[in-house]
Amino acid sequence: MPKLTINGKDVEVPPGTNLIEAARLAGFAIPHYCYHPGLSIAGQCRLCMVDIEKTPRPTIACNTLAADGMVVNTETDRVKETRRSIMEFHLINHPLDCPVCDQAGECWLQIYYMRHGLYDPRMTDEKVHKPKAVPLGPHVMLDAERCILCSRCVRFCDEITRTGEIGIFNRGDHSEIGLFPGTDLANRYSGNVVDICPVGALTDRDFRFQVRVWYLDTAKSVCPNCARGCNIDVHVNHRRPHHNEGRRVARLKPRFNAQVNKWWLCDEGRYGFRFVDDPDRLSLPAGKNGGPPAATTWDDTIRSLAETLEGARPDEIGVIASPRMSNEDLFALRRLTERLGVTHVGFRVPPAKPADDDDLLLRADRNPNTQGAELVGVGADAKPILDAARAGRVRVLWVFHHDLFASAWHEVEVRQALERVPTVIWSGTNANRTSELAHWVLPSAAWVEREGTFTNFQGRVQRFRRAIEPLGDARPDWDVIGRVLAALGAEVKATRAEHWFQELASTVSAFAGMTYRTIGDSGQIVAAAQEAATR
Amino acid sequence: MSEKILSRNFERPDAYTLAAYRATGGYQAWDKAQGMEPAAITEEVKKSNLRGLGGAGFPTGMKWSFIPKDHAGPVYLVVNADEGEPGTFKDRYILERDPHALIEGMLIAARAVRCALGFVYIRGEYVTPWRVFSGAVREAYDAGLLGQGFDVVVHRGAGAYICGEETGLISSLEGKKGWPKVKPPFPAIKGAFGMPTIVNNVETLACVPHIVNRGAAWFAGLGTKTQGGTRMYSVSGRVNRPGVYEAPVSVTLRQLIYDHAGGVSATGRLKAVVPGGSSAPILTADEIDVTMDVDGLRNAGSMIGSAGVVVFDESVSVPDALAVVARFYAHESCGQCTPCRESTGWIEKQVKRIAEGKGRKDDLDTILDVASRGAGTTICAFYDGAVGPYISYIKKFRAEFEALIPK
Ligand SMILES: Cc1cc2nc3c(=O)[nH]c(=O)nc-3n(C[C@H](O)[C@H](O)[C@H](O)COP(=O)(O)O)c2cc1C
Ligand code: SF4
Ligand code: SF4
Ligand code: SF4
Ligand code: FES
Repeated sequence: MPKLTINGKDVEVPPGTNLIEAARLAGFAIPHYCYHPGLSIAGQCRLCMVDIEKTPRPTIACNTLAADGMVVNTETDRVKETRRSIMEFHLINHPLDCPVCDQAGECWLQIYYMRHGLYDPRMTDEKVHKPKAVPLGPHVMLDAERCILCSRCVRFCDEITRTGEIGIFNRGDHSEIGLFPGTDLANRYSGNVVDICPVGALTDRDFRFQVRVWYLDTAKSVCPNCARGCNIDVHVNHRRPHHNEGRRVARLKPRFNAQVNKWWLCDEGRYGFRFVDDPDRLSLPAGKNGGPPAATTWDDTIRSLAETLEGARPDEIGVIASPRMSNEDLFALRRLTERLGVTHVGFRVPPAKPADDDDLLLRADRNPNTQGAELVGVGADAKPILDAARAGRVRVLWVFHHDLFASAWHEVEVRQALERVPTVIWSGTNANRTSELAHWVLPSAAWVEREGTFTNFQGRVQRFRRAIEPLGDARPDWDVIGRVLAALGAEVKATRAEHWFQELASTVSAFAGMTYRTIGDSGQIVAAAQEAATR
Repeated sequence: MSEKILSRNFERPDAYTLAAYRATGGYQAWDKAQGMEPAAITEEVKKSNLRGLGGAGFPTGMKWSFIPKDHAGPVYLVVNADEGEPGTFKDRYILERDPHALIEGMLIAARAVRCALGFVYIRGEYVTPWRVFSGAVREAYDAGLLGQGFDVVVHRGAGAYICGEETGLISSLEGKKGWPKVKPPFPAIKGAFGMPTIVNNVETLACVPHIVNRGAAWFAGLGTKTQGGTRMYSVSGRVNRPGVYEAPVSVTLRQLIYDHAGGVSATGRLKAVVPGGSSAPILTADEIDVTMDVDGLRNAGSMIGSAGVVVFDESVSVPDALAVVARFYAHESCGQCTPCRESTGWIEKQVKRIAEGKGRKDDLDTILDVASRGAGTTICAFYDGAVGPYISYIKKFRAEFEALIPK
């Protein structure tokens, strides 16, 4: 491992580390635009200059590998002067749209000008003009004047998605980002170019003009849209509720996790949060007292549910759990079914159209917690439950989250089943055709409204945190299930998701020894998967 | 005048044919080289003090020795026939009038670096040179000179100056946008299509058969201590006999202008000379007693570059000339790296304004400051080539610029 000295500090870095990363390891930030750790080296912005002993002039750090005995200085007068010059070059033709640019507040031109520029502008001639507000695809808007031609977006589409839609056309200061004729930036990962664009040249059409970034708060979370569980930051807008058309979740951003999603996020996941603030969100529990379900209180609901469950024989109760539930929800549910002696438990409902996966992130299994459901132990295939219901052998059916009409099951069979069961309970976040036929509709808190963990396809248990308050009276499923358990006379000590996880960890061996602390921000692999990996 | 070596056949109307080339001793060097070890050929070229004639003046034998000896895959030879440097038109003479000299040089170079495939990248506008050279390649195939372990592909450029820069050329040859590559890696390690590659200028390779035929010592003796041989100087501008003149590299600029090119035309009074293509810093009338080799011009604060000599007489406006040059560099910057992309355009605007009498008080100092800040910070030498004229024209003829700026 090469040992080198950076700004007088000795560091040892893995072979193949460039000077930007080596400096980072030593605690120094080298300003840069075109370098991105997930992409090839372009060496175009020329901002990352450092001084290397015995080298006649400053050298770019991104294209220089750390070598044994190297003496690097990132803050000589010469380097600082070069940075200032390069900042001036970057801004010669820049339009300075900051007051109306979405990137303002998280723009690396602004940040580096304040840190490394601070010169008096000398450019008094007419700037070069280029197209503004050009949609590149469904999610991304281009402002070519703001572009600093770092080529990150081009390399992303060439190297990561290998779809190659974007190119740099023309030459000199007329060089311009654009689409190749006949293409659209519509690949499955297009939103990532907005994240890696260091400036406001590529902005998110969904987020554009919604809220200023300095009003946003952040919670660490996990994407619930497929079995990978990409790590994300949920950006929420508490401080300007009248902005953003009342949407509380402003946007999702990928959060680096070397083992799961690296720097990336797919578009399905990135834009998959709209349900959280949709008009069809359920916010009050509703029950049917002879007529159509009417809003009621949780206390009444819990009491009635407990009575109904107690009034049925165990073999007359069916439970269709969901791989969209957290490990904590599922474990609480397992406690409930065990207490009641219910055997009709399953969680697998086949999707109407099988989804596909790819070699980047997306998994065909669009559920975040199938592994968790398997490990916690809430049955398997749910079809026998449907069949039992159709045959009139089920008196109480509790369905979590699924819209059975949107499954591969035959619509007629689903209708027959739901119509034959005297009490259908449905828990979920948003109304759907299944909830419409239920006698009890229980509003669940969405994943951004609560704490919990999912177990991804690799067996990695990952935490998601609360970013916003639950809407109305919506509750986490574990909370509702726990209260039903208590109403049935069980001793329920857990009052938080974390407590349920502790119980899970002490009951199910795969989770043994895990706590929210050990899971941390980047997740922890379950015992079984760990063994498989080391075998 | 001295012996003509590279241009010895230029006056023969049939010089481009294989028969004429053979009749004047052509392909004898190739016969001889086939009996030599590859390393011995490289050694001979090293000793000849041949330096690249495309612009950078890099020692040719040394460049060849950088090809990794243990490389298992293919090695490529790329001939730079893009000849884009303004004021330079010597390679086209070789392509049109002595194409077999280049083919023979390629055969020998290929043997030295164990290469089986060569590319000749010809400037897109060079239609006649391309036709003639392609004909010669066909003849060489028919005669069994090519296709016996060494093949040649002729590739036409599409009109970008930057595709003469060796890595820009390689990108273009690979079918990509003609963007120079970040170095390292250098082409000898990872060049065309990711393989070790030698890039040489047309004229450089045309020298090689003579070195093999007549020996390194003879070639070295033709020039100066640090550079051997003769080379072809393209002389244009205000001279009585513009054209390509071959002379030993120890010739002086004064000799070239007055003895070879027939002296200064128009007013007859010399004002300035650009000695090595548009990227070379300008010299004033009293700086022309320099030898026209790599080190001679470097010591004079300029560069020999591609040996394109452009002569200004007293009536030429230096600010106008700089406006033309600045326009060229702004137009030809590939736009890949920031200092070059952004400042060539800005400087063009300022110089144009000055030449049109709309300059501002600070313009000259701004240009000098911006150009010197950008120098040495870019991916390729294009920008330093633009800085050469920006700074030298203004510094050496400042009064002429100032006179145009309204008080
Ligand atoms: C902007 C730029 C343009 C160039 N154009 C040419 C050219 O047209 N022809 C050429 O032979 N070399 C040109 N060069 C030099 C090449 O990069 C390279 O040094 C040369 O082809 C190597 O061959 P040599 O060693 O035989 O001279 C250019 C260099 C730069 C920086
Ligand atoms: S659009 Fe953004 S990412 Fe793409 S080249 Fe321009 S600045 Fe870089
Ligand atoms: S790949 Fe899956 S987890 Fe990742 S962002 Fe897309 S849907 Fe979400
Ligand atoms: S210096 Fe100019 S020509 Fe060379 S790579 Fe940079 S932008 Fe392109
Ligand atoms: S980060 Fe090194 S040149 Fe851009």
